[in-house]
Amino acid sequence: MRGKKLAALATASLLVLSGAACGSTTESGSADATTPASTPKAGGAGGTVGVFTWWADGSEKKGLDALEVMFKKQYPNDTFQNLAVAGGSGSNAKAKLASDLKNGNPPGSFQGHAGAELMDYIDADQVEPVDDIIKELGGESVFPKTLLDKLTVDGHIYSVPVDIHRANVVWSNTALLKKAGITSTPTDVAGWLADLQKVKDSGVATPLSIGGTWTQTELFESILASNLGADEYSKLFSKDGKWDSDGVKQSIEQYKKALTFANTASDGDDWPNATDMVADGKAAYNVMGDWAVAQFEMKGKTYKTDWDAFAMPGKENIFDFLADSFTLPAGTKNPGGTQDWLRFVGSKDAQTTFNKLKGSIPPRTDISSDGFSAYQRSAMKDFKSSDTKIVSSIAHGAAVPLAWSSEINTAMSKFYQDKNTDNLVSALVASHDKYAQ
Amino acid sequence: MVKVRRWLPSLAFVAPSIILIGIFVYGFIINNIGTSFQMVRTRSGRLKAPGGFQNYTDLISDPRYQHALWNLLVLTVTFVAGTMFFGLLWALLLERGVRFEGAFRSLLLFPMAISFVAAGVIWRWLLSPARGSNAVGLNQLFQMVGLDGLQSSWYSAGRFNMAAMAIPAIWQLSGYIMALFLAGFRGISEDQREAARVDGATEFKLYRYVLFPQLSPIALSALIIVGHMSMKMFDLIYSIAGQSSYTAEVPATLMWTQLFQLNDPTAAAVNATLLLLIVAVAVIPYLVYTNRTEKGVR
Repeated sequence: MRGKKLAALATASLLVLSGAACGSTTESGSADATTPASTPKAGGAGGTVGVFTWWADGSEKKGLDALEVMFKKQYPNDTFQNLAVAGGSGSNAKAKLASDLKNGNPPGSFQGHAGAELMDYIDADQVEPVDDIIKELGGESVFPKTLLDKLTVDGHIYSVPVDIHRANVVWSNTALLKKAGITSTPTDVAGWLADLQKVKDSGVATPLSIGGTWTQTELFESILASNLGADEYSKLFSKDGKWDSDGVKQSIEQYKKALTFANTASDGDDWPNATDMVADGKAAYNVMGDWAVAQFEMKGKTYKTDWDAFAMPGKENIFDFLADSFTLPAGTKNPGGTQDWLRFVGSKDAQTTFNKLKGSIPPRTDISSDGFSAYQRSAMKDFKSSDTKIVSSIAHGAAVPLAWSSEINTAMSKFYQDKNTDNLVSALVASHDKYAQ
Repeated sequence: MVKVRRWLPSLAFVAPSIILIGIFVYGFIINNIGTSFQMVRTRSGRLKAPGGFQNYTDLISDPRYQHALWNLLVLTVTFVAGTMFFGLLWALLLERGVRFEGAFRSLLLFPMAISFVAAGVIWRWLLSPARGSNAVGLNQLFQMVGLDGLQSSWYSAGRFNMAAMAIPAIWQLSGYIMALFLAGFRGISEDQREAARVDGATEFKLYRYVLFPQLSPIALSALIIVGHMSMKMFDLIYSIAGQSSYTAEVPATLMWTQLFQLNDPTAAAVNATLLLLIVAVAVIPYLVYTNRTEKGVR
C-alpha cells in the first residue's frame, strides 16, 4: 500500500492549494481630501514621485526614459521613481494598481487612458480633480475644446493628457492595392468593402488582417463612427443611446462582410502579427491604431511607398481618439511632487520630446510639427483641423468604462463565433442599459 | 504531567501551520463567502449586486456563466479521460519492462516540470486557428505532411472547443499519472503474478483480475488530482487564450475578469464560492472514502 499512501499524500498537498480564497472588500470610498493649494515652487516641491505606467518596453520606454531625464533637470528637488509594470496594454499593470489603490498605497501618479476608463477610479474616490493644473497649463487655449469636453466628468477634469493616438486608421499595402487596380481612397465604408472584394479578386487570400478580440472591436467601432457620424456615435454612450438603431445594424452587417475577407484569429492574438501581414504583403488592409507606424518602421518599410494610411471613410472626417494621461491619486503621500509631475507632462517641452519618441501626437495644439515624422505631421494636421470630429474609442476605454468595454468585447467575441446580428444587437443594448448613466 | 509531555511538543510543532492555514485558507474562505452575499450600490446609485442568495441566482442564470460552466465540463471530461488513458497506457508499457525504462520515464515526466505559463506560450502558437497560407503551428504541420483535412480551429471555435484546450494539459500531466500507476504496479509483489500464472491465468486475466483491482485506490487518487486541477485551471487558459477570452472562458478565468475588468468583486466572490462547492462535491466523497478504508486497515 506504499503507492496508495504516496498518492494520498500528493492529493492532500494539492488540496491545500485548491482552497483558493479571494479576499475582497466593499466599495467604500477613501477619505475625501481636498486638493492642496497648487502653487508651483521653483525646482519642485521635493520628495519622491513614484510614477506608475505600463511603459516598460519599446518606443514607450524610450519616451518615458527621456521624460525622466528632463524631469530631473527641470525639478531637481524631486526624486523620480519609475514604477512601470510590464505587460500588454496595461492588463497586468491595472491589476497591480487596483490592489495598490485598495490597500491605500497609491503611487505618486498613475497612467490611465483618458476619458471614461477613469470613471471607476473617480467613482471610488481614488483620484482627485486636476482642474487647477489644466488651467495653469493654458486650458482651452492649448488643448482642443472637444478633447477637454471628453475628459470632463461632472464638471471636473481628472487627468492630464500626454499623448494622443488615433484608433480608426486603415493601413494598406501599396503594392497589393496597385495590383488590384485600386487608385483612389474610398469615400465610405461600402466603397472600402468593394475595394476589399477587388483585392480578393486579384488573388490575395486574406485582403484584411485582424487580430484578437479588441482589434475586432476597434474595427467595428471605426465602421460604426464612420456610418453614424460624430454626434450620433457619441450619443451611444449617453443614457439615451440607441444601440438597436438602423445605423448600428447596418454597421454590424458591414462589419460582418468585412470579416469574410479576414484571416482566422483567436481571442488572444496580439496586434503586431496582423499589422505585419500588411507590411509583408500577405494582407492588403489592417485597421489599427497609429502605434502601427512603429511596426512598419521596424520592418524597414517607408510611408507612401510601401504602405499608406487613411482614416476609415464616412460621413465626416472622424478622429477616433485615445489618450494616455496622468492622474492625481487621492491620499498620495507627496501631492506636491505629483503636481510637479503633472505640470511637467502637460508642458510643451515634455510633450514634444515624448511624442516624437513614442510615435503619438501631442494633445497640445501649440506645438509645431517640425521634427515629427511624415505620418505624425498628417495626424497632427487632422487633429487640429476644424473639419475633423474627435470621438472617443470604445476598445481603448476613452468612450466607456472598463467594465462596459469588457462586455462589448465579450459580445464581439461571441459574434465572431456565431455571426448573428440580432444577438450582437441585443448584447450591445443590454450592456448599454447596464452601464450607461 | 506525563500526558502533557506527550502531546505538548507535537501541538507546538503543528500550531503554526494550524494558525496559518486557519487564517489564510479558512479565514479567507469565510471572508469570501461573506463578500458573496453583500449588497453593493455604486456611488452613482446603480445597484450592482442585490445581496443575499439573489447574487447566486443572478450569476447562475447568467448565460455567460453557463457558457463558462459548459466549457469547464468539456475541459474536465477530456482532460481527465486523456490523462488517465495515456498515463495508464504508458505505465503498462513501461511496466512490461522495456529497455531504457529510466530514460523513457524521465522523458514522459519532463513536461510536468514546465510551468503551465511557459508551456502556454508555446501551445498558444501551436494551437493557432489560422489556416491556408497563414497557418502556423499544428495546422502548418498538418499541411506539410499532407493531412490538410486535420486542420482545426482548436480552442477558437465550436461547441466542444475546450477539448482542444485539454491537449496541452494532457501532455503535461499524463507523465504524472503514469508515475502514480507505475508506483502502484511496483507495489504489487511478484509472487501474486507468479501465483496467477501457475493457476493458468492468461496475461489479460492477470491484469483484469489480479493487478487492476489493486490499483483502484491509485486510480481514484489520480482521478481526483487531475479532476480538481482541471476545475481550478487558470494559468494555462490565461496564457494560451489571452486575458478574458470569451471563447475559452471557464469559471476561474471569468473570476479574474469579474474582479479586474468588470470591477465586480461580489460576482467574483460568488463565482469563487461556487467553484469551491463544485470542487468539494468531487473531493469530499473521496476523503470520506479514504478515511473509511484507512480505518479498516488499522
